Amino acid sequence: MRYLPLTDTDRADMLAKVGASNIDDLFVDVPEVARLDGPIRDLPMHASEMAVERHMKRLAAKNLAAENTPFFLGAGAYRHHVPASVDTVIQRGEFLTAYTPYQPEIAQGTLQMLFEFQTQVARLYGCTVANASLYDGSTACWEAVAMATRVTKRKRAVLSGALHPHYAQVVKTMAQFTGDEIADSAPAIQTEPDLEGLTARIDDQTACVVVQYPDILGRISDLSKVAEAAHAKGALLVVVNTEPVALGAVKSPGEMGADIVVGEGQAIGVGLQFGGPYLGLFAVRDPKHVRQMPGRLCGETTDAEGKRGFVLTLSTREQHIRREKATSNICTNSGLCALAFSVHMTLLGEQGLRELAAENHRLACHAADRLEKVPGVRLLNRAFFNEFTLMLDGKPAREIVRNLADRGILGGVSLGRLYPGVKALEHALLVAVTETTTEDDIETLATELEALVKEPAQ
Amino acid sequence: MNAPNKSGWKPAMEAAEEGGVRGPVTTTGNRALMLEEPLLFEIGHAETTGVDLPPIGEGTSPRLGGFERSDPIGLVGLTEPETVRHYTRLSRQNYGIDLGFFPLGSCTMKHNPRLNEKLARLPGFADIHPLAPQSSVQGALEVIDELATWLKTLTGMPAVAMSPKAGAHGELCGILAIRAAHTAAGNPREVVLVPESAHGTNPATAAFAGYKVDNIPATPEGRVDVEALKARLGPDVAAVMITNPNTCGLFETDFRTIADAVHEVGGYVYCDGANFNAIVGRVRPGDLGVDAMHINLHKTFSTPHGGGGPGSGPVVFSEALAPFAPLPYVEKDATGELHIVEEENTDEEHQTFGRMTVFHGQMGMFTRALTYMLSHGADGLKQVAEDAVLNANYILRSLEDILHAPFADSGPCMHEALFGDKDFGGGLSTLDLAKGLIDEGYHPMTVYFPLVVHGAMLVEPTETESKASIDQFITAFRSVTERALAGDESLKQAPYYAPRRRLDETAAARKPRLTWETPEG
Amino acid sequence: MPRYFTDEHEWIDVEGDSATVGITDYAQEQLGDIVFVELPDVGAMLDKGGDAAVVESVKAASDVYSPITGEVTEANGSLEDEPALVNSSPEEDGWFFRMTVGDKAEFEGLMDDKAYKAFVDNL
Repeated sequence: MRYLPLTDTDRADMLAKVGASNIDDLFVDVPEVARLDGPIRDLPMHASEMAVERHMKRLAAKNLAAENTPFFLGAGAYRHHVPASVDTVIQRGEFLTAYTPYQPEIAQGTLQMLFEFQTQVARLYGCTVANASLYDGSTACWEAVAMATRVTKRKRAVLSGALHPHYAQVVKTMAQFTGDEIADSAPAIQTEPDLEGLTARIDDQTACVVVQYPDILGRISDLSKVAEAAHAKGALLVVVNTEPVALGAVKSPGEMGADIVVGEGQAIGVGLQFGGPYLGLFAVRDPKHVRQMPGRLCGETTDAEGKRGFVLTLSTREQHIRREKATSNICTNSGLCALAFSVHMTLLGEQGLRELAAENHRLACHAADRLEKVPGVRLLNRAFFNEFTLMLDGKPAREIVRNLADRGILGGVSLGRLYPGVKALEHALLVAVTETTTEDDIETLATELEALVKEPAQ
Repeated sequence: MNAPNKSGWKPAMEAAEEGGVRGPVTTTGNRALMLEEPLLFEIGHAETTGVDLPPIGEGTSPRLGGFERSDPIGLVGLTEPETVRHYTRLSRQNYGIDLGFFPLGSCTMKHNPRLNEKLARLPGFADIHPLAPQSSVQGALEVIDELATWLKTLTGMPAVAMSPKAGAHGELCGILAIRAAHTAAGNPREVVLVPESAHGTNPATAAFAGYKVDNIPATPEGRVDVEALKARLGPDVAAVMITNPNTCGLFETDFRTIADAVHEVGGYVYCDGANFNAIVGRVRPGDLGVDAMHINLHKTFSTPHGGGGPGSGPVVFSEALAPFAPLPYVEKDATGELHIVEEENTDEEHQTFGRMTVFHGQMGMFTRALTYMLSHGADGLKQVAEDAVLNANYILRSLEDILHAPFADSGPCMHEALFGDKDFGGGLSTLDLAKGLIDEGYHPMTVYFPLVVHGAMLVEPTETESKASIDQFITAFRSVTERALAGDESLKQAPYYAPRRRLDETAAARKPRLTWETPEG
Repeated sequence: MPRYFTDEHEWIDVEGDSATVGITDYAQEQLGDIVFVELPDVGAMLDKGGDAAVVESVKAASDVYSPITGEVTEANGSLEDEPALVNSSPEEDGWFFRMTVGDKAEFEGLMDDKAYKAFVDNL
């Protein structure tokens, strides 16, 4: 077998050395009831590289890859062009096959990269400190709520109705076990986010208010108003961003007064990958909150010869030391995705990120203008970055999305899928446009939508 | 860069003075292939970019609501050649499995097959959106379903939750399902029992789920003290969390007895599957009475560790816990078509405790793990466990004469061998031995874990090392151990040959510098 | 001014209705280089034997327990910038917090200087 270097002679020699007559002797501690008489049944035997490749390619071919079709999906995962060198770097064995940098003398590559990554994320978010990443944006969102309850010693979190519903579900799932109280609502279909309604729910028992920016409908809120209202009650403002490219165009959450900024980093360097692995970003504006942060942190120091070097630090917050008193049970980060993000961000630089953001926004504006002209289609947003909400006449949007897919077009995410059973949202379609979208794609979507919205609802 | 891998090691400086030729101090600080690399922020510029975007087209006026970002962000860029060089140089300061033996106990640092990488990158897997209409991603759902079948069959368990993002996330999934099951039965209960040798995530997870954690002692043989555990059982106990094989490298012989006793009082058995590599294809945890167990795809099923994630931690469930599994999950409908269940259901079979992550889990890891399973097959996976266990026992028996092996008399070890620092001379510690191994060209074993052994050293060779590789490691390990026993002072300064000498972790923690600050002026 | 010790290696100086609490020289030596001290908030009510502070080295975090019941009146702010004071002057400049003294009977179970020395010698 191609991954197993021991030869039968080696095995015999080694068994002799350990004083076993056969391999079963080494499994004597397994109780009788659990001993098997051969390979586990109902599974195939080993296969050649060629055979495995054939099998997996057959499965891959059953999926409609975004590159082969007009593609407008977003809602927390965005398709951007990833430069070829990103994948080259992350496939270097020294990065790919390394472990968590617990032996810093032989892990400076990973550590320096993480230090650079933390700096990039902090600056992108307008914060002072970022961690070395969490699983994804949704778990980072929960970790932010948990951290806010530690900092404020309060137990109530107010979620904006325009927070990604799956993020809200993750928060609510976790909160049922910690006993935190979560107040949330569905988004109202309106041009501007309901900030008055949101701030009215903040009281002096509120640990934090959680706002998505741009929000689930693609709208852009004035966070500073929410920050003011939260701070007036002693609560923290947690801002969630699911499209980091937007922050090359719009003000950072930190600038607008957010205390904790979290988000999904997938859009830069990582790719769609059917939802994972992704990259949870986590940053704080006030450095005095650092010791309440979850997850790994990399810090600068010097070695015994005075050379600059990097180590994982402040690890007393973590589970392997604090055990049941840890800030989180998280035991890893999303290292290789953080590397991909960092390499892509390095290639972009400030200039490239701003240009990328500008091109996304320009194409999105163009798409909004074009699609709004389709009879039976109305644009909800006044402001947006690269994703906006359309209200469709006729059938529910979920059905229209399926019909579009039958015609080979991935036309967006229906709010009916994200909010099953919510009548008011079932005619809403989220459309994302990035630099990978062509003007022809937009034209195709407009043409097909025109035909579909005319068809009466069944 | 690395010392020759033979015994008779001497510290660098002395070797040079004894007649070796010492080279000049270089102007760059580099030494041939040992290359220093500045920080990105010291070499990049705000106006430099390594990406040529299509020229920005004619625009309409921006519709950003008046929130344009006008101040500098503070990012810097590099061109492509500079970028590739920056990261290539950084990579060379890292140790990885591709470079050498990586016997990190409880982490299963096995070879990461490149076929996995190749297939995970097929656009049909890598370039599909998690919310794409389900008819357009049937192949992806088949991957999830097929991997789920493998996991259920290998563990002998009827159900699996695929969405947890890593081992600790999987643990959380398991304990939350247990809590939900108890709650549905009318009482969530109060206590989770955890052996004192457990990984830190176990108590952290149980505490998160609102449980009080009670520690169960180990016997002198390194196994859970069954009598102590039984004595602690009662109607307040929600679950036990037991790692099997355990963190001392031993199979919990009485696991079935423990499971029966826990079930007797209405509790559930959580098995930490971190060490599944020792038994994969040979033992099905379902036969031992397990109710929930996470499987680290990045350990047993060879997905890369990537310098600290991403991992993936699916959780297999018994019949009793299956209804409480989190959303979303993949189901086959009457027509045989696969679909994703994303919405809460309220029937008997679906009493989900909720959602753990925004989408469906680590698809990129699923494709890699399935590729690996198909490559090995049921026969190959059995051989994986056997070779992993044989390698570990070979190391245990090759070092026990010189190094304290606290459980050497407790029977064969599983896939890792545990040692302690007893009898080290001159105030030397496990840490010094570990750093000495770095000079010999090895990544050290896991140190100071489990906590039940003083100065613990946990060595896990995995099945992907050749006998020659293991023999060379044993020679080096013996040599460094001899120095430690003899109190060789020079070990306190090790490593000598790594890209960095020992780093000042105290200074790092006292005055944390966690991001680059551009120097003034 | 009497000084008492606990078997968890805290010391407490009593002056009338007020007391000062810190960790002993033996404790700081066991912990190694202290990198951070988490102090109680002024006004916090502490129970005898309850969690009062956390002291951290690079690889360990240890809880510090309150030797008596009382209210925190002052925390040693200089430990925030200079946690190393706990190493260099554990029983003087490296004090943790001051608190009120309620029930003087609570001192009865504590050790005096001599008893604590004997206690440590036996560890």
